[in-house]
Amino acid sequence: MVFKAKRLSKLALGPVLLLMSVFAMAAGGEVSDINMSPGVTEVGHKIYDLHMWILGISTVIGLLVFGVMFYSIYYHRKSRGVTPATFHESTKVEIAWTVVPFLILLAMAVPATTTLLEIYDNDDAELDVVVTGYQWKWKYEYLSEDGENVSFFSNLRTPQAEIDNTEAKGEHYLLEVDEPLVLPVDTKVRFLVTANDVIHSWWVPQLAVKRDAIPGFINEVWTNATEEGVYRGQCAELCGRNHGFMPIVVNVVSKEEYAEWLAGKQQEAAEIKELMAQTFTLDQLMERGKAVYDVNCLACHGANGEGGVGLPIAGSPVATGDIGHHLDVGINGVPGTAMQAFGGQLNDVDMAAVITYQRNAFGNNMGDTIQPIDVYNHKKG
Amino acid sequence: MGDHHHGPAKGLSRWLFTTNHKDIGTMYLWFSFCMFILGGTFAMIIRAELFQPGMQLVEPEFFNQMTTLHGLVMVFGAIMPSFVGLANWMIPLMIGAPDMALPRMNNWSFWILPPTFLLLASTLFMEGGAPQAGWTFYAPLSTTYAGPSVTYFIFCIHVLGLSSIMGSINIIATVMNMRAPGMTYMKMPLFVWTWLITAFLLVAVMPVLAGAVTMMLMDVHFGTSFFSAAGGGDPVLFQHVFWFFGHPEVYIIILPAFGVVSQIIPAFSRKPLFGYDSMVYATASIAFLSFIVWAHHMYTVGMPVSGELFFMYATMLIAVPTGVKVFNWVSTMWRGALTFETPMLFSIGFLVLFTIGGFTGLMLSIAPSDFQYHDSYFVVAHFHYVMVAGAVFSMTAAVYYWLPKWCGRMYNETMGKTHFWISFIGFNLTFFPQHFVGLAGMPRRIPDYALQFADFNMMSSIGAFIYGASQILWLYNIIATIVAGEKIDKPKVWDGAEGLEWTVPTPAPYHTFETPPKIDPAHAHS
Amino acid sequence: MFRLSDKPVINTVANLVTVAVCMFAFVFVVMVPLYNVLCDALGINGKTSGQSYTAVQAQVDESRTVTIQFIANNNEGMPWEFAPSTTVMKVHPGAVNGTVFLARNPMPNAMVAQAIPSVSPSRAAQYFHKTECFCFNQQPLDGESEAELPLQFIVDQDLPRDIGTITLSYTIFDVTDMVGAAVVAR
Repeated sequence: MVFKAKRLSKLALGPVLLLMSVFAMAAGGEVSDINMSPGVTEVGHKIYDLHMWILGISTVIGLLVFGVMFYSIYYHRKSRGVTPATFHESTKVEIAWTVVPFLILLAMAVPATTTLLEIYDNDDAELDVVVTGYQWKWKYEYLSEDGENVSFFSNLRTPQAEIDNTEAKGEHYLLEVDEPLVLPVDTKVRFLVTANDVIHSWWVPQLAVKRDAIPGFINEVWTNATEEGVYRGQCAELCGRNHGFMPIVVNVVSKEEYAEWLAGKQQEAAEIKELMAQTFTLDQLMERGKAVYDVNCLACHGANGEGGVGLPIAGSPVATGDIGHHLDVGINGVPGTAMQAFGGQLNDVDMAAVITYQRNAFGNNMGDTIQPIDVYNHKKG
Repeated sequence: MGDHHHGPAKGLSRWLFTTNHKDIGTMYLWFSFCMFILGGTFAMIIRAELFQPGMQLVEPEFFNQMTTLHGLVMVFGAIMPSFVGLANWMIPLMIGAPDMALPRMNNWSFWILPPTFLLLASTLFMEGGAPQAGWTFYAPLSTTYAGPSVTYFIFCIHVLGLSSIMGSINIIATVMNMRAPGMTYMKMPLFVWTWLITAFLLVAVMPVLAGAVTMMLMDVHFGTSFFSAAGGGDPVLFQHVFWFFGHPEVYIIILPAFGVVSQIIPAFSRKPLFGYDSMVYATASIAFLSFIVWAHHMYTVGMPVSGELFFMYATMLIAVPTGVKVFNWVSTMWRGALTFETPMLFSIGFLVLFTIGGFTGLMLSIAPSDFQYHDSYFVVAHFHYVMVAGAVFSMTAAVYYWLPKWCGRMYNETMGKTHFWISFIGFNLTFFPQHFVGLAGMPRRIPDYALQFADFNMMSSIGAFIYGASQILWLYNIIATIVAGEKIDKPKVWDGAEGLEWTVPTPAPYHTFETPPKIDPAHAHS
Repeated sequence: MFRLSDKPVINTVANLVTVAVCMFAFVFVVMVPLYNVLCDALGINGKTSGQSYTAVQAQVDESRTVTIQFIANNNEGMPWEFAPSTTVMKVHPGAVNGTVFLARNPMPNAMVAQAIPSVSPSRAAQYFHKTECFCFNQQPLDGESEAELPLQFIVDQDLPRDIGTITLSYTIFDVTDMVGAAVVAR
C-alpha cells in the first residue's frame, strides 16, 4: 500500500503537487521554493489567495479535460476493436462549453477586480521613498518635510570572487547589498519609482510590489509590511549587462528602530559634512578608498585594476597623469562611454578616497592625495 | 510558361529560380529547420551558463545577446517560416489549386530570408556584439543604449516583415481565388482556415512592427524623440506599439498549429473533426481579441486602473474560444478508433501541454497576480509551453504526418515514437520547474541566480540538453526517410486521413491539380 | 495558374497592399498622436500638459489644503546640480502658487537642459495646471553658472477629494547635442 502511494505521488500531476506542497507550507511569511509567497502584506496575501484560486480552478478543469481525454485514449483505441462514432457536432454541448467557462471567468474577475482596486489605492501614505533605478544599482531617497532628504545608493555586496566561482558562495549570494532600504513596520509606505537611464523594475516578492522604473517619469506603488524581517528582491526588467546583479534588500524594523536608524543616517550626513573639512593622510584615504573601489569600480575595472568592461586602472594614463583630470573623470564620467559620472553618487569624502586609492594602488604609486575639499572645490568649479 | 509541364530544372538553378510551391515549401522547411538548430544552439548556451550559480562560460553581455538572438531566431527564423513552408506545400494541395497565386513573389519572399538571418547572426561578430535588449527590445535600452548593431537589426526586421507580408498576401490571394470549383469556404480544411486568418493578422501587424523599428531608427540616427522623454517622447510608447504587433504575433504563431492539430487528430481518431464551424468562429474570435489585449504584457508600467481592468477582462475572454478548441479536439477523440502513430503522439502532446500553457496564460491575465508573475521565470515557462509544446510540437507532428506524401517514403515509426517520448520528457523537465523558480521569485533574462534556484535550474538545463539532443534524432529520421525510407505509393498514406492532398499520387508529383479536382457537393469539409 | 489577366487576384493583392501600407501609416498618424492625447487625458505616466494653462478666474477653496511634494532627478550624464528650493508646499485648490527650482551648471561649457515633469498619482495630473513652467522650454545655462527656474501652478478645485498629496517630479535631461549651436550661444 505504501509502495503504491509512493508510486502514485510520483505520477501525480505537477499542479496537484504544487497545491499540496503549498498546504504543507504552514508558516505564512516563509519563502517557498516552488510557489508564490504570500509575503508580509495584506495585499500580498490577497494576491496569493487569488493566485491559488485561479490555479485551483485551472487544475480542476485541467483534470476533467485530461481525464476525459485519457479515458478516450484508453478505451477508444482501435486495437480494442472499436468502431468509430460519426458524430461531429452538437449545438447544445457547444453552447454549454462556451457559456460555462464564461461564468467561471466571472468568478475569477470579481476577486481580481477588488484586489486590483486595493493595489491602486495609493492615498494616505505615511512615508514616501523615491526609488531610482541606475545601471546597475538602486538609489533610495526618503522625502521629508524639512528638505533634508536622506538618500543613498544600494549596491550588490556579493564579492566578484563568488560570482567567478573562486570563492564559496554565501547564503544570500546575489541577494545582498551594501546598504539595504530600511522601512518601519505597520506603516503605509509609498514608493515613487523612476529611473536614471533605461527601464528597470523594482520587485520585492515578499512586499507584493513590482513596478517599472521609467526614465523621465515617476510611477507610484505602495506597501505596508506587517512583519519585521529582511526581504529580498531583484530588478525584473532587462536593463543591460548587470541586470542580474542589482538586488534589492528591504529591512523592515520596528518604528522605534526605524526612527533611530533615520536619525543615525541624518547624523552620518552631518558627519560627512564635517569630514569634508578635514585633511586625511594617505593611509586613511587608501583604506576608505579600497572599500569604495570594491563596491563602485571593481565590477568594470577589475579587482586589481586590470580592466574589463572598463579600461585598466593599473598604469593608466588617467590614474598616473594629471590629478585634476583624474578627479574630473571620476566626478563627471566620460560621455559616450560606460564610465558614468560618479559626482552625484559618491559623497566628497568617498570620492577623494577612491581617486587617491586608484592613484596609489595596483602599482600606480603616484604618492599624491586628493582631499574632500578638493572634490568640493572641483564640483563648485 | 513554356516549361510548365516539365519536371524540375536540374542543379542549383532549380532552387534559385523555382516558382513551384512544393520546391519553395521544401526550402522554407529546411531553412526553418536550420534556424531551429541555430536558435537551439543559443538556447543550449543559455542553459549551460544557467546549469549552476556563478558565471562559468560566458560574459553577461554575451548572455544577453544569446537570449535576444534565441528569441528572434526562433520566432522569426524557425517557427514562422516553418508554417509558411507548410502553407506553401499544403494549401494548394488542400484546396485543389495548381500552385500559389503569385509564384514569383513566392520565390522572392523565401530568398530574402537567408541573407537576412546571415546578417543578423553576423552581428555577433561586430564590435559591441549582437543586439542584447531582448527579443522585445524595449527602448531606451535598444535605442540610446544600444550598440552599433542596432541599425543592422532594424534592417533585418524590415526585411523579415516584408517577407512575411509577401508570403501572407500570397496565401490570401491563393485561398480567395484559387479554390477548386465546389470548394466553398466552409468546406476548406481547418489548416487552410487558420492560415487564412493568420495571414490577415500578419498583413495587419507586421507593418506595425516595421513602424516601431522605423521610429527606433529615426530616434537613433535622425534626432527624433519618439521613445525618449528628453525630447517629449515616451519609452512606454514603444511597448504599446511593440505589443500591438506582439500579441497578434503570438496568435500568428499558434493559429496554424491549431490548424495542423485539427487535421491530424481526426485522421488518427478515424472520426470527423468535432465542431468544425465553432472551430472556425473560435479562430476568428481569437484573432479579433488579439488586437485588444496587448497591454496585458505591460501591467507593471503604471497604467491607469481603468486600463488595467479593460485589458484584464479582454484577456480573460480569450480563454473562452481557446477552451472551445480544446473541448472540440477532445470530443473528436471521444468514441473514435484511436491509433498512436508519431503524428498523433505529437498532437496529443500538443493538446496536453498547450492546455497547461493556456491555464498559466489565464493566470497571467489576472492583473493583480501578474504583478508577482511579470518578468519572472513563470512567464518563461508559460510561453515555452505555448510556443514549443504548442507551435513546435504541432510542426513536428505535421512533418511526420505529411513527410510520406512529400517524398513517397515512410519514416521509421519506432524512431519517431522515441523522438516523441524523449522530446516530451525533455521538454517538461526543462520548463515545468521554471514555473516553480518563477513563482519563487527568479526574474527572467538573468545570467546568474541566487542559490535557492539552483536545483530546479540544473533540472531545467538537463532537460534542455535532452530536448535538444532529441532533435538530432528527428533530423536523422527525416534524412534516413528521404534517402532510404520504405517506399510507399498508395495516395492515402494514413487510412483515417481525409482531404484532397490524399487524392494525388504518392509522392506528390511536381505539378498537381492542373485540372481542378471535382469536389463532391455532398461531402462535408475535410 | 495566375496570369496577369487574372483580375480577382490583382484586386486581392491591391487591397492587401493597401491594408499593409495603411497599417504602417496607422502607427505614425494614429497611434503616436492618440497615445499622446490619451496620456494628457488620463495622465498616463503622470504627464502634464506641455502648454501653459490659461487661468480661468476661479474661487480659491480655502477650506481644503493639498500637500505638494517636489522631486528633482538628473538623467544619466546630466552633471547639473538640480533641486527644488522647497520640497513641500501646502496649497489651497484654486490659488496660484509659485516656487523655483535651483539649477547650476558646473561644467566649463554652456549646456542646454530639458526638464520633463511627471505627476503622481497620475490621475491628479489633469488637475495640476501650470501657468508658468521652466519645463515648457529648453533651458540653456552658461558654464559654471546658476539659475532659478520658476514654476507657477494652480491645483484645480475639482481635484478628487481623496487625493491629499500630489508629487511633482522633474527629471532634467542634457539636450545640448539635440539643439542647434545657436541656442547654446544665446
